[in-house]
Amino acid sequence: MPRPGFVLDVDRSTPPTLVWRGEGMSLERLPADRSRVIYAPEPLAAIDDIDGAIRRALLEPMDQDPLPVQLFPGMKLTIAFDDISLPLPKMRRPDVRQRVIEAVLDLAAEAGVDDVHLIAALALHRRMTESELRHALGDRVYDAFEPRGTLYQHDAEDPDNLTFIGATPEGEEVEINKRAAESDLLVYVNINLVAMDGGWKSTATGLASYRSLRHHHNPATMEASHSFMDQHRSELHKSNWRMGKVLVDAGVKVFQIETTLNTDTFPTPFEFLSKREWEWTAKDRGAYLGTAKSLSLAPTRLARKIFHSIEAPHQMTSVQAGDVEAVHKRTTEHVYAQQLVEVQGQTDVLTMGIPYICPYNVHSIMNPILVMCTGLGYFFNMYRGRPLVREGGVVIMFHPTQPDFHPVHHPSYLDFFEQVLVDTTDPHEMSKKWEERYATDEWYRHLYRTSYAYHGVHPFYMWYWGSHGMRHCGRVIIVGGDPAAVRRLGFVPASTLDDALEIAADVVGRSPTVTHLHTPPIVMADVR
Amino acid sequence: MKALQVRRNVARLGLARVASALAPSAAVRVGPLEHASIDPPELPGPGWHRVNPRLAGICGSDLSMIEGHASAYFDDWVSFPFVPGHEVVGTLDDGSRVVLEPVLGHEARGFQPPFPGAAPGDGDDYAHLATGPLEPGIQTGFCCSTGGGWSSELVAHETQLHRIGDDVPDARAVLVEPLAGGIHAALKAHASPSVRAAIAPIVAVLGAGTMGLAAIAGLLRYCPGVRVVVGARYPHQQREARRLGAHEVVPAGELVRAVRRLAGCHLVGDHLSSGAHATIDAVGSEQSLADALRITRPRGRVVMMGMPAEVTVDLTGLWHRETELVGAYTYGTETMPDGSTARTFHLALAVAEAIEAERWLSATYPLADHVDAIAHAAAAGPRRAIKIAFDLRRDV
Repeated sequence: MPRPGFVLDVDRSTPPTLVWRGEGMSLERLPADRSRVIYAPEPLAAIDDIDGAIRRALLEPMDQDPLPVQLFPGMKLTIAFDDISLPLPKMRRPDVRQRVIEAVLDLAAEAGVDDVHLIAALALHRRMTESELRHALGDRVYDAFEPRGTLYQHDAEDPDNLTFIGATPEGEEVEINKRAAESDLLVYVNINLVAMDGGWKSTATGLASYRSLRHHHNPATMEASHSFMDQHRSELHKSNWRMGKVLVDAGVKVFQIETTLNTDTFPTPFEFLSKREWEWTAKDRGAYLGTAKSLSLAPTRLARKIFHSIEAPHQMTSVQAGDVEAVHKRTTEHVYAQQLVEVQGQTDVLTMGIPYICPYNVHSIMNPILVMCTGLGYFFNMYRGRPLVREGGVVIMFHPTQPDFHPVHHPSYLDFFEQVLVDTTDPHEMSKKWEERYATDEWYRHLYRTSYAYHGVHPFYMWYWGSHGMRHCGRVIIVGGDPAAVRRLGFVPASTLDDALEIAADVVGRSPTVTHLHTPPIVMADVR
Repeated sequence: MKALQVRRNVARLGLARVASALAPSAAVRVGPLEHASIDPPELPGPGWHRVNPRLAGICGSDLSMIEGHASAYFDDWVSFPFVPGHEVVGTLDDGSRVVLEPVLGHEARGFQPPFPGAAPGDGDDYAHLATGPLEPGIQTGFCCSTGGGWSSELVAHETQLHRIGDDVPDARAVLVEPLAGGIHAALKAHASPSVRAAIAPIVAVLGAGTMGLAAIAGLLRYCPGVRVVVGARYPHQQREARRLGAHEVVPAGELVRAVRRLAGCHLVGDHLSSGAHATIDAVGSEQSLADALRITRPRGRVVMMGMPAEVTVDLTGLWHRETELVGAYTYGTETMPDGSTARTFHLALAVAEAIEAERWLSATYPLADHVDAIAHAAAAGPRRAIKIAFDLRRDV
């Protein structure tokens, strides 16, 4: 029986806490008697018969006819699936997407459907490589569809393959992938790693164009989402849902399949990363020491390669299919069951170690903009109710924050760092002054469409992602970060946690309460 | 008189070259430069004046020569022993102050000027620089007949002298010569057909030492409509480029991307698909020349203002892109964007006043402290300096 999440009050006997620092880690001693550590619930049990559960979900969907009933010869069937940004880390083969898509294809074949397209729902993310597609879909699916040109990746800059559907009463334009919109049935295959994933966000974001995305990927929407993970208080969620209604009204028929995973994140020999430190065995301690020491000696490039080769053992805990909204409601319950931890009250200082990976640097580099996004966009938003840190409080991150950018994946990020952040760190100001120039830059557009680059506007979205956190916090400090890069982000560099607390003192006083978000594995705070 | 003098000594030049890799001061100590007592130069004839330098700047070409990096090209265009120093403000015997235009032109050497009213640097035949009554020397500071600014006395022809008023401080006047060089490069860049054909041409400047800043000042004052983007290595250089009004100033390593953004073009391999209409290379190194070729658009112009010596550069891109590569050594009579003509030194005097060029003079030294002075000049960037000069107003 897995144990639920846990909030540890730190006292003098509490062992130091494991803190991620990008491709490294350290043990940090938090101030006694005023600190607490939030630990994720232990991984829920996986479904015993995963393929059977998938088949049942397809045959007994929620608020829709069984999938076989919706399939018929001569129909246009499109299967869209989540891209490389999920799950984190990538999971061991077979990937959930492969299992679900193979099940859908089996039913399609039984029904005599032969016009089937598979589309990676990239939105403005980078295209996936062949090996990444093979990992997600399996060789059988890849080899059957890719050579025929029926497995491809959504291109949000291809005017010939986008369709304008309509607009919401709020004036939000809905423009999505033409093939998906014109299909008799769109099957969307999700991996719902966090509560924000899935629902109408799958289609209205994953298959949308910049014209459409800009209506919710903007500072106003992001600042008003409290949090992204709480759909009742997320403007991002509401905007996507309004767009979903436009899709439904236009006759776009979606069969939604959502899956949840447990938080079994790290394989041997990295299991200690998921454990609570006072339960570490001698072997765990040895593994920590060996790992931390080796990483500190290894060139960053090597450490990065080691970490990105990790394949997580996480397994499926639920699968549900059918009507988008009904499915998503159930999915969210499963996500919460795995990730939610009840936390009493807010804190003056929230600390977080930023790991080597986020949704936007798989097989890539966690550049400074992604550090900001992971800390203030993701970890800060892992709450329901109230933010973990009080308004005007301090966030302390741990990360090297080197000004290091992947030249293929993140070309516009580098320009954003060198040009936009030099000018302003205010999301609203940069949105007005700079966003369009980056969104329409022909070179970025070319690289997004033909290479493996994130869209030119993507660094702006990452910055906006953290806008609620930036506005909420009185100060953001990065421990161990490159001082110039940290200052460029508008944050304050510190060399140690003690230094950071000293720097925070003029904002939160000399004896602030401290809460450490012990993640990964993913944990979400239900703040009362 | 006391002077710093360079003698032809191949062994010491070689030693200086080796020692400069360790430290500029080491190159000075073992190199061909010596602090010596020498006879003042003789007046070569009518029209010549004695000039007592007040301030004399240290230029990149001086450093190159002292450190043994100067090209063998100069062997036949200079005469030893010579007293360096061509950035000079001085006093004539009648007490008037002058700025020296150092090129030893046709009239100074007893030849007919190439056209009436020509400046010393004009003309398309340089035979006069190596022949005639004076010893060879492209300019004062490299000619054994005239002396140079790093001493208490030199001789200069009337055509080389620009009299200045009492309102022009020495510290401003000593910057006029490098400003003239930068303005000349700016006008050369602007004369490019690529620039002339554009509505808002982009001119990139690599380097923002004295010469780079001078080129920026020239572009902004005399080349209307250009968008100036600057790659400057040091923060104080970036600040000064911004103060002058450059449209975009970035650290040197970011220049390629800054030009790309401004041009809205692609980066293909390591070359921009388009780029700056003209680029002024104010560094003069192998790397800067290669960078200039990368960021200049097809049929654009690269103006080499920094003295490159011997470099190895892949010119395939130049061939393919039909890039113009032009030098910008000095100054003379300029054709302005509106078609009028002007003397570069007159333009430089106006710019010096407008930008308060005296701000660029970071430190002065007596001749006796020449080792420290040259070390300071050689490390001007990292030491947050722009121009270092010798102060001859005190005992030398």
